[in-house]
Amino acid sequence: MAEKITIGELHLSGCTGCLVTLADNYEGLFKLLDDYADLVYALTLVDVRHVPEMDVCLVEGSCCLNDKISVEELKEARAKSKVLVAYGGCAAYGNITRFCRGGQWNQPAQEAFVPISEVVDVDLYIPSCPPCPQQVRNVAVMAYLLLRGNDEQKNLATAYLTPLMQLAQRGNEACGCDLMYDVINQGLCMGCGTCAGTCPVRAITMEYGKPNVNRDLCIKCGACYAQCPRSWFNFDVMNNYEGIMDAIKGAME
Amino acid sequence: MDVLGNYKSVISARSTDKDITKKSQDGGIITTLFAYALEEGIIDGAIVAGPSDEPWKPEPMVVTTKAELLAAAGTRYTISPNLNLIKEATRSYGLDRVGIVGTPCQMQAVRKAQLYPIGMRDVDDKIALALGIFCMENLSYQALEAIVEDHCNQKMESVKKMDIGKGKFTVYTERGAVSQMPLKLIHKYVQPGCNVCLDYVANLADISSGSVGSPDGWSTVFVRSMKGNAVWDGAIAAGCFETKPMDQVKPGLDLVTKLATEKITKNQKNVDARKTVGLKADGTPKGLRNPYESP
Repeated sequence: MAEKITIGELHLSGCTGCLVTLADNYEGLFKLLDDYADLVYALTLVDVRHVPEMDVCLVEGSCCLNDKISVEELKEARAKSKVLVAYGGCAAYGNITRFCRGGQWNQPAQEAFVPISEVVDVDLYIPSCPPCPQQVRNVAVMAYLLLRGNDEQKNLATAYLTPLMQLAQRGNEACGCDLMYDVINQGLCMGCGTCAGTCPVRAITMEYGKPNVNRDLCIKCGACYAQCPRSWFNFDVMNNYEGIMDAIKGAME
Repeated sequence: MDVLGNYKSVISARSTDKDITKKSQDGGIITTLFAYALEEGIIDGAIVAGPSDEPWKPEPMVVTTKAELLAAAGTRYTISPNLNLIKEATRSYGLDRVGIVGTPCQMQAVRKAQLYPIGMRDVDDKIALALGIFCMENLSYQALEAIVEDHCNQKMESVKKMDIGKGKFTVYTERGAVSQMPLKLIHKYVQPGCNVCLDYVANLADISSGSVGSPDGWSTVFVRSMKGNAVWDGAIAAGCFETKPMDQVKPGLDLVTKLATEKITKNQKNVDARKTVGLKADGTPKGLRNPYESP
């Protein structure tokens, strides 16, 4: 077994749901920590006060611009990690914190909450609220293969992670509306229902085979957009789904 | 990759279950496989295109019995957003082993949900059987209504069966009337999303099936994955199907290959053409999104 990679979780303005999701891998988390990754920084899970050097930093929550420490910690994490991941809807797209307008007990002055890419460069997105434990696991395994694997494994990991990196390049806005702009308006929707099935707040219904987004319910987590097979689809990875699923399953046994 | 995708075997088959063949579109492959998988405990339930309040408008539903399966048998040539229920099936319905049937694009969505479970918690290892159906293109409900009511002159509620084959769209009514229209007139009604699809025979399904290539009342079956292979062998051993070798039936695999090649070639052209749909102010091409390149 090659040397483990180091992973940390930086907690900004989020609800800790993403951190809980990491733990929701149950025995899978132990397997990850036993064989592939050392958790070097995380709220409540690791007794470390200051952001250390690490391979992969998962950032949970959006960045509060009115909170100097948040901004500083985020920049520090960027400087000290090889791969910075926007972990969850808040970090990637702002999510529910997009609706903040200050006046909250007990920090009434805090009103500006932005996706972390408005402050630092982000390498990879894991959207949704919360992200799924299996997605975090897949990214962790692939990050391990990317940083410690042989050439073949590096190629697989690169192919797998590329779309999630491209999501980070695409920008920091994705909500139900983007299905309209980037999929339906572009003549790409074929009515599979994935967006409605994936929405954590049931803001999407299928009306005569096409998604209808209730904007009052949409929390801007980006799940529908990222999960849509017509937002992106990579044949080289998906056509080998059996092999890749087996490889991930094998790695977790 | 081959236009027919990766597969372990291809067979012409028909269900031996008379209850099913009476109601099924062709060979009754999907219904029979789900009935077998339910009985054997391979799946706890399946997501299928069930009936709804409007005639011939499918509604995705979770079925857990053969009776429910039979109620959903047959093809409706319009969209059923089956993926809508994929997460729900493991939650509200509490299924640990989910079966799902869908068109090639829906199989792509299933595999994406498994490999990239971004908002699909606990779904990846619960897809026990993904069955695909051949698909050239799909219609919105309103398009189907226009075809049946305006072109074929039949009321939707009086239709007993719809069928596509031999270059024609055919409508059979309860009272025995048969209306037909040439398939080429249908193309203008096709939903645009189908025009960039690069899959005809559901390459990513565990098992995929469709009438093309086999004689009337029979279906062509591609067994594609390890999982699909195990289920198919079991179903054959249980006597669920009568089969014929693919090279001994007419019109045979050549027709499937021909149609698949036609669809993929045509749609690849559409994908490429999107790159240069308009012009920017400086005269350079202004393209539309390509979902196969980047988000």
